[in-house]
Amino acid sequence: MKREDVPPPYTAVTPHAVFPVPTHDEAARYNFLTAFNKYMSGSIGSGNKQAYDKRVLPAFRAEHGRDPKDRFEIRHAMNRDPWHRFWSACKRNAMEMRQQNGRSIVLRQLDELAGKVRQYNEGRDTLQLDPSVAVPRYQDAVDIHCMPGSYHGEERPGDFSAGANYDSGLFATTAGGLGALSDGGGQALVEWIKKERPGWTPRRILDLGCTVGHNIVPLALAFPDAEVIAIDTAAPVLRYAHARAQALGATNLRFVQMDAENMASFPDGHFDWVQTTMYLHELSGKSLPRIVQESERVLAPGGLMFHLEQPQYTDDMPLYEQFIRDWDAFNNNEPFWSAMHAMDLKQIMADVGLPRDCQFVTGVRAVVDREIFPEAAAAEAEDHGRAAVWNAYGAWKPKA
Amino acid sequence: MTDDSVDWIARAGAKAKGKRPAYFEDPATERTLSILLAVAGEVSVLKERLDTVERLLDEKGTISRSDINSYAPNKDAAYERAVMTKEYVARIMRGVQQDMEALQAIERPVDEISTDLKNS
Repeated sequence: MKREDVPPPYTAVTPHAVFPVPTHDEAARYNFLTAFNKYMSGSIGSGNKQAYDKRVLPAFRAEHGRDPKDRFEIRHAMNRDPWHRFWSACKRNAMEMRQQNGRSIVLRQLDELAGKVRQYNEGRDTLQLDPSVAVPRYQDAVDIHCMPGSYHGEERPGDFSAGANYDSGLFATTAGGLGALSDGGGQALVEWIKKERPGWTPRRILDLGCTVGHNIVPLALAFPDAEVIAIDTAAPVLRYAHARAQALGATNLRFVQMDAENMASFPDGHFDWVQTTMYLHELSGKSLPRIVQESERVLAPGGLMFHLEQPQYTDDMPLYEQFIRDWDAFNNNEPFWSAMHAMDLKQIMADVGLPRDCQFVTGVRAVVDREIFPEAAAAEAEDHGRAAVWNAYGAWKPKA
Repeated sequence: MTDDSVDWIARAGAKAKGKRPAYFEDPATERTLSILLAVAGEVSVLKERLDTVERLLDEKGTISRSDINSYAPNKDAAYERAVMTKEYVARIMRGVQQDMEALQAIERPVDEISTDLKNS
């Protein structure tokens, strides 16, 4: 067996100063879940396709006299297949177990962690909370990723545990694919921009829906003279993100509680770079275009708009692949995932004033230490929704 | 415990908002699988803990609880333990994996084959 066939142990995670410290058994619990998820997607994930080819599709053809016309018809048919149902039930349980383990780790040491977080947050103007920011409807409908309380839930006033739980589990659910600080996405952005625009130094960078800030800290560290602002609507993740960023030395990074649909406090053309990472799929049909519009407004002429996501569903993507990529939408509380991946992002960007000839789509792969962390799995063994490979949908805004 | 202390055991297992999909006809099957997978996870935890104890004993001859908690496997040990867990998962998931293999071909019941063989 090759070394890269097994995931790194949870103890390979980098415990920054506010990281929830696991006991031996808590780390082992994550190790089981990592191995289990890898088995489900890698060793037997192809069983779903076999069930589809061997019995679900033939039965569908016999019943309807045609092939399924979209991913939803495939889903309804697959949801009657006993093998797919059992596989899904196991996977759903693994998601729930991950949440319980992460919350258990964080909540049992909540007072101790609170002391550490306070040390980094108290009296610093780089954390700006605004209680008047409402939880958007698209965040309140269900608890995203089956995280009890989602990003905004508080166990007690001033709580940050939602952020700590999120940070704690990332390493396990991605099988270490994002690196020791789970920041391989942010590291990839740094590597990409240095190749794309060598020597370019943005003066101001804006990150929307930053959660725990794991994807923006690497940019703030790479551009220490830039003024970097990260916004989110949820105070608990911002409290944690700020402490985490400060602990990692990203002092040019300000966290602001703000709804990206209304960024009135930023003037037109204020930022050289506006970005989101794995964020658009957690919005809604109406909020997404509004946020892209508002992002364009605050973007300076010649500036960079950048959205990192899993690949969009296009007519070239087989319907079965669209169906399996949709699994999280219906089984892991990602209610906008399916609709978002079918949206025409290029048209949405064109509609707000970023014409197609200034747009680009590019593949981005997590940048991590390959000595310790394995390559992302080949496409057929991918754990869809958690793979450390993304598509970037972006544009360079025309100069005035 | 202070007034704002959180009942961490109860709150760790809070339900996420959003109706849970039904995977089986009988709700008892859902709950049985949840318990079974949680127990399977705990057995894996015990196996890993025992492996830690054995490795520390090999190395030092005596150990304390704090040795166990602070143990981080080196590269070789991490690999061996990951293979152990991989093998464990494959063993408990054997039934599901064999159902997957069974999808490849329609197989006749053995009693039919038995009758065939008796008469041929």
